[in-house]
Amino acid sequence: MKDQQDYIQDIAEIRSMMERSSKFISLSGWAGILAGLYALIGAWLSYSMLRFNPDEVFYSSNSLPEVILLAVGVLILSLITAIFFSQKKAGNNGDTLWNPTSKRLLSNMMIPFFSGGVLILILVLKGLIGFVAPVMLIFYGLSLFVAGNFTLKEVKILGITQIALGLANAWFIEFGLLFWAIGFGVVHLIYGIYMHFKYER
Amino acid sequence: MNVSFDDLHKAFESRIRLGIMSALAVNDTLDFSTLKEYLDVTDGNLATHIKKLEKEDFIGFEKSFIDNKPNTKYFITPKGKKAFTDHLNVMEQIINSQNSKG
Repeated sequence: MKDQQDYIQDIAEIRSMMERSSKFISLSGWAGILAGLYALIGAWLSYSMLRFNPDEVFYSSNSLPEVILLAVGVLILSLITAIFFSQKKAGNNGDTLWNPTSKRLLSNMMIPFFSGGVLILILVLKGLIGFVAPVMLIFYGLSLFVAGNFTLKEVKILGITQIALGLANAWFIEFGLLFWAIGFGVVHLIYGIYMHFKYER
Repeated sequence: MNVSFDDLHKAFESRIRLGIMSALAVNDTLDFSTLKEYLDVTDGNLATHIKKLEKEDFIGFEKSFIDNKPNTKYFITPKGKKAFTDHLNVMEQIINSQNSKG
C-alpha cells in the first residue's frame, strides 16, 4: 500500500511530465507572414533608398546608421506582431501566453539569440559588415532550432533552412542583402502561409 | 470524506504508466520513441506498460508509415482520460483527508 508521501510524489511527477511533454502551440501563421513582409520591405528600402548592399566583408556605407535603425525597426515590429497573434491564439485556446511551456521555450531560445546579437554588434563595430547577414541568419536559425524542441516541429525545419542560407551566404558574401531578404522575407512568408493553412483553418 | 484506496485504479500503480498517461493527456498523439525519451525507459519496459494500458482501453494507437518505416502513434481514449482524472481526484482526496487528520 502506498502512503501519503507516495501520492504527493506521484502528483509531482505527473505535473512535471505534463509540463515537460507539452508543447507551445500558440504560434500563428500570420506572425510569419507579416514578419516576412516587414523584412522584404526593409530589404527593399535599404537597397533602393539607402543604397546599402554589402558586397565584401569590409564594407562601409554612409547610410549605416539608417540601415541599423531600419533593421531594429523590422525586428521590433516582428516581435510585437508575433506576441500579438500568439496572445490572440492563446486566448482562443483558453490558454495564457505566459506559461511554463512558453517560458521554457524563450529561456532556451535566448542563449543563441543573444549570443548572435552580441556577435553582430561586434561585427558592426569592427566594420565587418559583410558578415552581418550570414551571422544573423545562422544564429536566428539556431534559436529557432532550439525553440523547435518546445513547439511545433515545423519551427525546427524553419531553423535549419535559415542556418543553411546563412552558411551559403558566408561563402557568397556579395549576395548578403539577397540572402537576408530570402531568409527573413521569403522563407518567413512561405512558413507563415504553410502554418496558417495547416493549423488555422 | 469517503474515499478508499480501492477507488484507485490498479493500472495506475506504476509510475511509468502514470507518466505515459500524463504525457498523452497533454498531447494529441505521441509516438513510441518520444514517449521513451520522456520516460527514460527501455523499449521492452515501455512496451509492457503500454500493453497494459491498451488492455484497459485507456490508450489507443494508430499505425502509419513514414518513409516506409512503420510509425505507431499513441493517444489517450475518452475512457482513459476519465480514469486518469478520477485517479488524480482520489489521490488528492486521500492526501487532503490525511492532512486534516493531522
